[in-house]
Amino acid sequence: MSMNGPFLTRTEHRSIGGKLSEISWGLVLTVTLIACVGFGILYSVSGSFDPWADRQMVRFGFGLLLMTAVALTSLKVWFQSVYVFYGVALVLLVVVEAFGRIGMGAQRWIDLGFIQIQPSEVMKLALVLALARYYHDRTLEEARQFRHMIIPVFLILLPAGLVIHQPDLGTGLLIIMGGTAMLFLGGVKARWFIGTGLAGLVSVPVAWKVLTRYDILYQHQMNRILTFLHPEDDPLGAGYHIMQSKIALGSGGIHGKGFMQGTQAHLNFLPEKQTDFIFTMLGEEFGLIGGLVLLALYSIVFAYGIVIAMQCRHTFGRLVALGVTVTFFLYVFINIAMVMGLLPVVGVPLPLVSYGGTAMMTLMIGLGFLLNVRIHRDASLSRADTIE
Amino acid sequence: MERGMKTFQAGSERDKQFTRRALIIGGGQVALLSTLVARMYYLQVVEADQYRTLAEENRISMRLLPPTRGNIVDRNGAELAGTRLDYRVTMVPEQVPDVERTLAYLTGHLDLDEDDLTRIVRQVNHQRSFLPVTVAENLGWADFARINVHLADLPGVHPDAGETRSYYDGEAFAHVVGYVSPVSVRDLQNNDDPLLELPGFKIGRSGIERSFDLELRGTAGSSQMEVNAYGRTIRELSRKDSQPGETVRLTIDAELQSFAHRRMGKESGGVVLMDIHTGDILAFVSAPGFDPSLFNVGISQKEWDALLSNIRKPLVNKVVAGQYPPGSTFKTVVGLAALEDGIITADDEFFCNGKMTLGKGEFHCWKRQGHGHVNLHHALEQSCDIYFYQVARRVGVEKIARMARRFGLGEVHDIHIAGQKAGLVPDEAWKLATLGESWQGGDNLNLGIGQGFLLATPLQLAVMVSRIANGGLAVSPRLVIQHGDHVEPVSAPPIGIRPENMAQIHSGMEAVMNSVHGTGYRSRILDLPFEMAGKSGSAQVRRITKAERAQGVIDNEDLEWQLRDHALFTAYAPVATPRYAVAVVVEHGGGGSTAAAPVARDLLVEAMKRFMPDDIAAARDEKART
Repeated sequence: MSMNGPFLTRTEHRSIGGKLSEISWGLVLTVTLIACVGFGILYSVSGSFDPWADRQMVRFGFGLLLMTAVALTSLKVWFQSVYVFYGVALVLLVVVEAFGRIGMGAQRWIDLGFIQIQPSEVMKLALVLALARYYHDRTLEEARQFRHMIIPVFLILLPAGLVIHQPDLGTGLLIIMGGTAMLFLGGVKARWFIGTGLAGLVSVPVAWKVLTRYDILYQHQMNRILTFLHPEDDPLGAGYHIMQSKIALGSGGIHGKGFMQGTQAHLNFLPEKQTDFIFTMLGEEFGLIGGLVLLALYSIVFAYGIVIAMQCRHTFGRLVALGVTVTFFLYVFINIAMVMGLLPVVGVPLPLVSYGGTAMMTLMIGLGFLLNVRIHRDASLSRADTIE
Repeated sequence: MERGMKTFQAGSERDKQFTRRALIIGGGQVALLSTLVARMYYLQVVEADQYRTLAEENRISMRLLPPTRGNIVDRNGAELAGTRLDYRVTMVPEQVPDVERTLAYLTGHLDLDEDDLTRIVRQVNHQRSFLPVTVAENLGWADFARINVHLADLPGVHPDAGETRSYYDGEAFAHVVGYVSPVSVRDLQNNDDPLLELPGFKIGRSGIERSFDLELRGTAGSSQMEVNAYGRTIRELSRKDSQPGETVRLTIDAELQSFAHRRMGKESGGVVLMDIHTGDILAFVSAPGFDPSLFNVGISQKEWDALLSNIRKPLVNKVVAGQYPPGSTFKTVVGLAALEDGIITADDEFFCNGKMTLGKGEFHCWKRQGHGHVNLHHALEQSCDIYFYQVARRVGVEKIARMARRFGLGEVHDIHIAGQKAGLVPDEAWKLATLGESWQGGDNLNLGIGQGFLLATPLQLAVMVSRIANGGLAVSPRLVIQHGDHVEPVSAPPIGIRPENMAQIHSGMEAVMNSVHGTGYRSRILDLPFEMAGKSGSAQVRRITKAERAQGVIDNEDLEWQLRDHALFTAYAPVATPRYAVAVVVEHGGGGSTAAAPVARDLLVEAMKRFMPDDIAAARDEKART
């Protein structure tokens, strides 16, 4: 206590300038580099800044501001409002279910006129924060008990169910996986994960039967899964995208075909190249080398996340930092695995690179929390700080 | 530290577990990222070549450049079959969302009839769906422009300016030049020439178009195009131009051919006019003709039925596939056989009282009251049947048959026209083999006047009379002078007929035309200072019964068309220095001297006018001086 006392006092009362100096500028630089890779590819897609690259740059600039704002806000403010945040996100999901605008065959957006909100994206962060807070408030012994697992699982499955029903299978699974990682980090006993994992494996065929029998999954969701399993069965239908993506990547070779020289992308054989399949375009034009550079940049971000988590001195911060990192990682992994034919096409964008605003905002806010945790790594958070 | 203070105690159980689990998560991330790297390596290094090939296949589309079909020209280089620009509309079934609706739409704008629709639907169902199907061809500019305006509503429909075959005076040349028609499903199965898959490609189906199809076709070029995912061409990467097909030059003289066709009028039959020295066929008409362009687009069922049901059989090439008893035109060969064998001399006479009996049979001369005493000259001149019965009886079938073959009967003369018939020169062995009966004396008599089993095509008759006219040289008919660099050879080895015997035949044939008693006297040449020689013939197509003969043979004019005799005439000119021979068969024309001789004369006159103007002028001067 005596050692922590002055330290805590210092962090609690720092000026904005003092906090800025604590920002991990290496992380910000890495993130900016990743975004720049995105700008380059988006430029290549259209051969000009218009219409993709310029807008993406504006968004990224806005995202940087948002990130900084989130980073500099006192962690206590966030700590106190996580359940409210979660509650709002959940209400938005229900609203989108009821009134959501139909877009891309799925109800995902709320149109507020000046901005479109995708509640499932908001929920990703809200869930991380809520679970971090939940385990922060439990001792390790409590965390290990079954009865303290019921609420977190409920917190995960409720939004996941809503999102899958939208239908957005990819984001739903992402929420479940991110949440599961939080349970693991929060201290839930390892045997639960092993047990659930095994049970899951066994029940896959049964689940598939049930899902198909009672039309719980939509036709296009089942098609995606079946196509993933047998892409060559349907080369001109649902398997077409993944085949063309593999052809584009493979034909890029080690060095790639050169900037703006990708034939698959530029002759439109490649689908959705400015959004979900943007990594394919990178691989076609810059080859294995380009892909490895981007993966390296992402790895630096993940490393920062883990280090920030380890350096943090409170459970909430640790869980938030790793939760954000895992969410970020899952985006990267699922997207790249998907375009290389390792996972079904589920519509997950490549963080900071794919064109699109909502995912970028989620991630920038998430990175804001990561930086926030770094700045406030020594903050003192107690039950007393909660709004009871 | 209170329970409420959630800061970590370094080294506490919670700290240790979190560190452990964070590292597990980090390790998991490393493992998963390694999978991605391994997969990237696999796709971009190990399998890179395969995917590079696939990308190229995606990107590059080979387009065949159709060659221009070679021209068919007459002996003077005038175009008989050529190509002209053709506006057409094609449809790629796999790009058409609703074939029925699209066809209904097109029908409204292009007036396609039932047959067109049937053909299109059949092609759509049988062809591979990415191959274009021709919807309509030979469109007028207005129709073509209208479709272009509506293209936005017609996905998969492509307007196209291609080449189509055009024929000069199609009806007159149909049986020589032939026709082309679209590629059928069966053609595609039997042939792997990629050209056949081009829309609007045509294959030669008859005549020269068929025989020289491969030479006329040419070789396809190719163009490598970069295409995008929707098949739109971005740019041409490389190009190899197509090689047009060879030009086929015929021996035909276009104007003489058209003249001969017109001269046949509504008659049915075959006409061949040959150069007796080279064998060049200057005119080759099978009447009636048909319009070869009908087949270009795909003939409609109605038109096809009309052609098939026409009793004058316009689709049969009567020049090479029509087989007729040569009738009295064959008496020249019978006479030669007798002379050469020394069985008779030119002066030997037989008495004709209008009929003769052999065994139980009674054989009649065409002149009921008889010709009286006749020698070879008069027998040819007046075409006395009794004389040739007597001669044939003495010479016998084998020698007559041998002589007939030396004059080109019973033989297919390859002039590169498909479907040629060999005719028939009967002999004892043939009759025994095919009919199982031995040769009878009566058969000799029938053979002596060119009836009975004997059959010849107009082409063979033209060869026969040419070989007589040139004094016994085995000239072969030639229809093609040259294709590409290849020149068809000409040869005329002597048959081995003694000149004095040939001179007897010549003098008989000359008398046919120029003696007042000759059967062709009324058809002699009047308006040129040259004479012609000829031999008439009629071939019965019905048996005249005894009862009918007793009541009087019915005149041809009183018979139904199909029952009338075929009229034949073989002739050559000029008599003094023969150059052209002609054979005319008018189906069911009645008497050879009335129906066929004038046609033969007009053709010879026309040929001499066209090819011998100087000789004619010289001969006129000569006449004026004397």
